[in-house]
Amino acid sequence: MFNILGKRYLFFGISLLIILPGLLLAIIYGLNLSVDFTGGTLMELSFTPGDPPPPAEIVALYNQFDVTDVQVQTTGDNTIVARSSFIEDSLRGDILSAIEESVSDSVTVVRVDSVGATIGQEVTLRAALAIAVAAIIVVVYITFAFRGMPNAFRNGVCAIIAEIHDVLIVFSLVMIGGLLWDWQIDALFLTALLTVIGFSVQDTIVVFDRIRENSSIYKRLPFETLVNHSIIQTLQRSINTQLMTVEFMLLALVLFGGITLRQFAVILLVGLFSGTYSSIFIAAPVLVVWENREWQNWFGRGKKRKQATT
Amino acid sequence: MRSYRWLIIILIVVAIAIFIDLPNNPGIHIGSFNREIETRLGLDLVGGVQALLEADLPEGTAIEAEKMSTATRIVENRVNGLGVTEALVQQAGEKRIVVELPGVEDPLEAISTIQETGLLEFVDMGFNPLPAGTIVVTDFAAAETPDTSEPLLHTVMTGDAIENVQVTRDQTGNYAIQFELNSEGADIFSEYTTSNVGNHLGIVLDNTVISAPRVDEPITEGEGIISGAFDLESANALAVQLRYGSLPIPLKVVETRTIGPTLGQDSLQKSLVALLIGFIIVILFMGIYYRLPGILADVSIIIYALVTFAIFRYLPVTLTLPGIAGFMLSTGSALDANILIFERLKEELRAGRGLNQAVDIAWKRAWPSIRDSNIATLITCGILFWFGSAFGATIVKGFSLTLAIGVVISLFTAIVVTRTFLNLVLPYVKEKNFTRWFGI
Repeated sequence: MFNILGKRYLFFGISLLIILPGLLLAIIYGLNLSVDFTGGTLMELSFTPGDPPPPAEIVALYNQFDVTDVQVQTTGDNTIVARSSFIEDSLRGDILSAIEESVSDSVTVVRVDSVGATIGQEVTLRAALAIAVAAIIVVVYITFAFRGMPNAFRNGVCAIIAEIHDVLIVFSLVMIGGLLWDWQIDALFLTALLTVIGFSVQDTIVVFDRIRENSSIYKRLPFETLVNHSIIQTLQRSINTQLMTVEFMLLALVLFGGITLRQFAVILLVGLFSGTYSSIFIAAPVLVVWENREWQNWFGRGKKRKQATT
Repeated sequence: MRSYRWLIIILIVVAIAIFIDLPNNPGIHIGSFNREIETRLGLDLVGGVQALLEADLPEGTAIEAEKMSTATRIVENRVNGLGVTEALVQQAGEKRIVVELPGVEDPLEAISTIQETGLLEFVDMGFNPLPAGTIVVTDFAAAETPDTSEPLLHTVMTGDAIENVQVTRDQTGNYAIQFELNSEGADIFSEYTTSNVGNHLGIVLDNTVISAPRVDEPITEGEGIISGAFDLESANALAVQLRYGSLPIPLKVVETRTIGPTLGQDSLQKSLVALLIGFIIVILFMGIYYRLPGILADVSIIIYALVTFAIFRYLPVTLTLPGIAGFMLSTGSALDANILIFERLKEELRAGRGLNQAVDIAWKRAWPSIRDSNIATLITCGILFWFGSAFGATIVKGFSLTLAIGVVISLFTAIVVTRTFLNLVLPYVKEKNFTRWFGI
């Protein structure tokens, strides 16, 4: 039988290896927030036929209308993306016609997002609130659902720790994606994040449910063995549900789906995988760490994990 | 035979679902119940404009719910006046209104129409009052380009002349609307009513008739009463429209989003193909790996897809790209429930239990984890929906709604449908063939 729990600190380490680069990137470069959160105006224009004008030209046009904080990027497919502070619709129309006049190509508006600064702030605040409320309600629900077990509250907290783990993994992914492909944290990212949280809890509950069931059958088994046994029992289900079904669907969406959904699909792909991973390699092991009160040994000298099973 | 009873119920549900899913569905018309059935596609799929309007009042001013809903109604009227099909106007939270205009490419024009102050006119309708809701052309609004195809009505005066409006009761105790005019308006009104007693004076807001009271007697003092079959609510509504001529609360645009039609359609087509590919792979996997129960689960997953899509069309739920993703994920949930049960079934069979007993135990033991995990998902959906509603973030709302509906239906298909099929098929499976049928 596999001893998954015996290597628990290895798994914690692997997760840290993925999470830390993202946090570092966030500290160095800051968050790449979209206009959904910061407020501002984004215009995505496509030029056919031919090449889009150099960014500097667009910047100059914006400057003519006293919009001086614009950032312009070319994104391939003859498309440019211009981000600036919030511009009134009428002014934006003027800028657009100025751009149309200055180039010989025909200009198509692919997408415009224009969000006032105050509403951006409010969205950010409410988003944080939504996630916090979701987390708390889930802890309460799990504590309630596992009320028959000793320390039901621990189950809830461990589920949340796994959840935070998944959020951090996804966050790290977005930071790396931001560096490589200019990904942004937008409303769609938020939706993906909340889905990941929902499914993370779903997976954790499946594993915990097995622990709940086994603990009433094998009363004498040490807790660590019991948890390990439960993980093994649910492993097949986790692999089949996650890898074979949900991940297949998402992979199809990433590979063949529309471009607007790609970032969303990749985040879900990684996030849901992390959700399954964390239920096995984070949530359940943390439950054992808690049961053994292992932190008492973390800084002890030479006595590491000697009492792990006591 | 309980299984057969369930089978009949399932067949009926599937039949209804297929009827609703049919393209070119004629809609449901039973007695006074009428409902058109169609697949609604969101802005991100068909392209269009979304705008979020916010009450433009000083910080800290309380916003009356009633005024906000009146404003929403007026915006809706104007949007309908734009002639956009399937436009959506919805109040979002306490102080915002979401406007979605599918297919519109130029947000500037559309939004300025919505935002401008409405034009209130009093027009002469002679002896033939036009019913409320009629679109009319007046000589005031159409002064520059008289349209010959429709009758031109004469504008007696505009809403600027109104100074005060309030709801009151007339001599017979019915609700009525009392109004006061400024001196200029009083003169015009006095002249008109003196020479037109018995005529109907139409009240027209943004070219739409809202009421057509008759002039009973000359009104010379600049004060008058409109009476009719009003209840408190309709009297209030008319009073508000007269008083503000337009929006009871000034609105400003805080957010606009434009999605070009090419982007949306491209994404839709590709995403649908992707979904289909994913779905086929999953169906094959289930059949090959779980054998008999897997194939039964495949049938129940297809039923799940039919029923869920039927509900989307019936309600209707506007399908956005995240909405389709939500649908897809709930398919994952539906499969998860089946897989949980089958893994359990295999375990019990390996432990040497008889088939019927194993099936019973598998369902019973898998149920708590299915229940708890799905409730947790539904909680998240509820919070997302609330978050989406308050900000007019229709993408977030659409996602949570499709996911929640899918999760509920997936519970039904996994617990009832797969189970019923298995019960019906089991008696025909010989014990020595277990290995082949269940892939133990």
